[in-house]
Amino acid sequence: MQKVTASQLIDRAAALLSDGSVSAVLGWKQGEFDYDITPAVFADEQALRDAFVWNDFCGANFSKYLLKATKKVDGKVLVFLKPCDTYSFNQLLTEHRFDRDKVYAIGIPCEGMADIDKVKAQSGDGIVSIACGETIQVTTLYNDAPVSVELADVLEERCANCKSKKHVAYDELLGDEGDVLDSARFDEVAQLEAMTPDERFAFWQEHLSRCIRCNACRDVCPACTCEKCVFDNPASGVENKAPANEFEEKMFHIIRAFHVAGRCTDCGECSRVCPQNIPLHLLNRKFIKDMNDNYGEYQAGAEVGSRAPLVDFTLDDPEAADVLDRRG
Amino acid sequence: MQRIGVFVCWCGSNIAGTVDVKAVAEALSHEPGVVFSTDYQYMCSQAGQDMIKASVAEHHLTGIVVCSCSPRMHEATFRKTATAAGLNPYMVEIANIREQCSWVHKDMPIGTEKAIILGKAAVAKVHLNAPLTPGESPVTKRALVIGGGIAGIQTALDIADAGFKVDIVEKKPTIGGKMAQLDKTFPTLDCAACILTPKMVDVAQHENVRIFSYSEVSEVKGFVGNFDVTIKKHARFVKEDLCTGCGACVDKCPMKKVPNEFNLGMDNRPAIYIPFAQAVPKVATIDPAHCNMLKNGKCGLCARVCTAGAIDYTQQDEYVQEKYGAIVVATGFNPISMDKFDEFAYNQSKDVITSLEFERLTNAAGPTAGKLLRPSDGAHPHTLVFVQCVGSRCTACAEKGKEYCSKICCMYTAKHAMLVRDKYPDVDVYVFYIDVRTPGKNFDEFYRRAVEEYGVKYIKGTVGKVVPENGVLKVQASDLLNNKQLHIDADMVVLAAAIEPDRSARPLATMLTASMDTNDFFTEAHPKLRPVESPTAGVFLSGACQGPKDIPETVSQAGAAASKVIGLLAKDKLMGNPCVASSNEAMCNGCSSCANVCPYGAITYEDKEFRMPDRTVALRRVAKVNPAVCQGCGCCTVACPSGAMDLNGFKNDQILAEVDAICK
Repeated sequence: MQKVTASQLIDRAAALLSDGSVSAVLGWKQGEFDYDITPAVFADEQALRDAFVWNDFCGANFSKYLLKATKKVDGKVLVFLKPCDTYSFNQLLTEHRFDRDKVYAIGIPCEGMADIDKVKAQSGDGIVSIACGETIQVTTLYNDAPVSVELADVLEERCANCKSKKHVAYDELLGDEGDVLDSARFDEVAQLEAMTPDERFAFWQEHLSRCIRCNACRDVCPACTCEKCVFDNPASGVENKAPANEFEEKMFHIIRAFHVAGRCTDCGECSRVCPQNIPLHLLNRKFIKDMNDNYGEYQAGAEVGSRAPLVDFTLDDPEAADVLDRRG
Repeated sequence: MQRIGVFVCWCGSNIAGTVDVKAVAEALSHEPGVVFSTDYQYMCSQAGQDMIKASVAEHHLTGIVVCSCSPRMHEATFRKTATAAGLNPYMVEIANIREQCSWVHKDMPIGTEKAIILGKAAVAKVHLNAPLTPGESPVTKRALVIGGGIAGIQTALDIADAGFKVDIVEKKPTIGGKMAQLDKTFPTLDCAACILTPKMVDVAQHENVRIFSYSEVSEVKGFVGNFDVTIKKHARFVKEDLCTGCGACVDKCPMKKVPNEFNLGMDNRPAIYIPFAQAVPKVATIDPAHCNMLKNGKCGLCARVCTAGAIDYTQQDEYVQEKYGAIVVATGFNPISMDKFDEFAYNQSKDVITSLEFERLTNAAGPTAGKLLRPSDGAHPHTLVFVQCVGSRCTACAEKGKEYCSKICCMYTAKHAMLVRDKYPDVDVYVFYIDVRTPGKNFDEFYRRAVEEYGVKYIKGTVGKVVPENGVLKVQASDLLNNKQLHIDADMVVLAAAIEPDRSARPLATMLTASMDTNDFFTEAHPKLRPVESPTAGVFLSGACQGPKDIPETVSQAGAAASKVIGLLAKDKLMGNPCVASSNEAMCNGCSSCANVCPYGAITYEDKEFRMPDRTVALRRVAKVNPAVCQGCGCCTVACPSGAMDLNGFKNDQILAEVDAICK
């Protein structure tokens, strides 16, 4: 169960709207199903009271939405940021992608978000409704009484391996501040590294061959904010097209991982939105782990203006040979 | 569609020996766009270049591929040829089939196949080449010389004599460098001070020379012809313009127990000091680490005795900004530390010294006023052992010493041995050597004199161990020619320590983006043909910073570096390099990744209005490259996440076309 309630958020947002501090609110509303929560822009209090949702399925990271929202809206945009969202928020500020003065950011604590597939594994299919309270109450077509599911048992992978409950950016914080956590998020990468190249190839072959090139991962990724994406640019030679062969179907994700290397905050949105359940976050985490190992710990978005080791130049940069030595 | 001519060079037998040049020309004639393909013995010769020019006219060529040596060698040559033939010089591509092909292969079929592939890649690139025009930039007619040893002094004098302004930056309180510490110089045995100090005075009095002593270069920006340099003048707590160098302060300073670095710690100096009598500038310097006044505010004697009122305890480091057209590196060398050579007991006995320390010991201005006295007890020594190659030619123990030959040790050891025997015929002198290397004018004669006329005992072999015992040094050594072990009781052991580049060179190289070799010697642009230029335009090399050198060689190189600088400063304008980065504003995110990696500070940002697809106008932050500052390194094109940054002449699609051609 989340520690702040939806009504707390709605009241605060309504107050800021009514006194003119902000002119729009980025929040969550319900989609087609109870567990299908989607981002929305609210322009007035009535809209907030009608549709604003905050529960265990509000995974969407709003940082990227600020790029368009701040350009469209006159006045400030109110955005609610979970701890992991604040890292993306800072990273986008580092890259000068939106005007900080046009944003009012409220940090909200997060107890982790539920993975609907894990919920279904406990409740069974045919979900009719979900109510989030002390536990998650799931009503299905096939059960008379709602099934009660503990949030802790159905956390998304990124939440089970949460890297930080600390907000690194906000104008105002609701609830209590958390800490940067000692996460086990690199364990699975280490397992992949321990595989033989053939095993690893088979692992990625198995997953990436399911890709349908829907571009959801790219569209949701807060690091993917290019004015013109190479995959949409006919001049790039790699524009959006169905994979012609097994090699190409892997290349899309590998190119994307290279593109966001050093800028990826490991928010995990790519894996959350993938309709094919491809563990895309592992590609990005491999880069993060390698950079940590080779150049020292670096967390993209931990502070505004920090420079990722791959895209930095300083006079005391180690020589390439020194880095090789360090790797042994 | 381009009309491309392919010209395959034999380079005598350099290429034709391992590559079937006719087959390469034939194969490339079938590539798309190639309308003419031929081979020739020396494409870079006048006849070869004339053939290219004639072919351009005859076949109406729009692009040229030359399959030859490295573009570093002759790209400029063939670009000039293209210009003479009426083409844009950047329509020329070089396929390097010598360094990257014929020189590394022994097998003709393999070499030929690879040469064809390299040629195809170049053809593929020419298809995407576009004419480029270089910009012009002005030249600041002032040179900077970093280092004030004999190399720096000579370079500065030569440039100044040609009528250009020169600044010398020296990190020590005086110029003069290592040569000022030497006693006599080989092979003529004239005294170092007698030939160096007049030059120091000349350079100090030259109207075109400014000396920044006790100073360091802290920042270098800009590019050839237009360097912006920040010089950090360390606070010496003495006003240079007021100090007369009378030395009253030095005499009165009560803190007299500071190891004297000029004499390599073999005697002491006061906390306020003038390194040596002929120092330039002859100005006192306070050593803040030892001055009581600066440390705890108690004393102030020097200020009281200074009649010129030059002492200023509140002086701060000062930063000077200056513009230069050319920079000469003359940072010199140091003997390596003897800490890793325990076997010679350097740290256990005062009587084991390095050769540079021996120079001070025999110098009339040194700690013993030139008398050969044993450092431990001041007694007259009877047996001296010189050990050659301590840390030089150290192939077996690379972590201990250096793999290279330090070059000067054979000669100065012969000099030391000869001087000792000359002044003290009663002293036995042994020299242990691996080889005696004396390739220089009058060098071998000099060494023969040491052996034949002065009776120095040269023994081919190495010293294994030196053990201090009851006031003598027990030297265990091998005599390889007589195949026996020697045990010598010596009074002093002198180690010919290897020399290494000064430690300030590495950070300086980074600031200058000048390249270095694995030993931290600066790399020259070409080992034979451009030995005094760094590969970085506008940066020149003088003296031992480029490799071990004796004084005659250093002075010649210093003069050569000066002539290159004069050649550069004599120009009013420099043609820029058109192969610079440019940003496609429509694709630029304004994320700053490119500016963060740019080593030259060539990228700035501006907010620009763009018409959006929905007909609104949006203000977007976009990158702008200053083509005069950009050096075309391409870091930004790699860092750019959206692919907006591209490098003229090496555009992403050109490189990919080459890769595709190779992989086809």
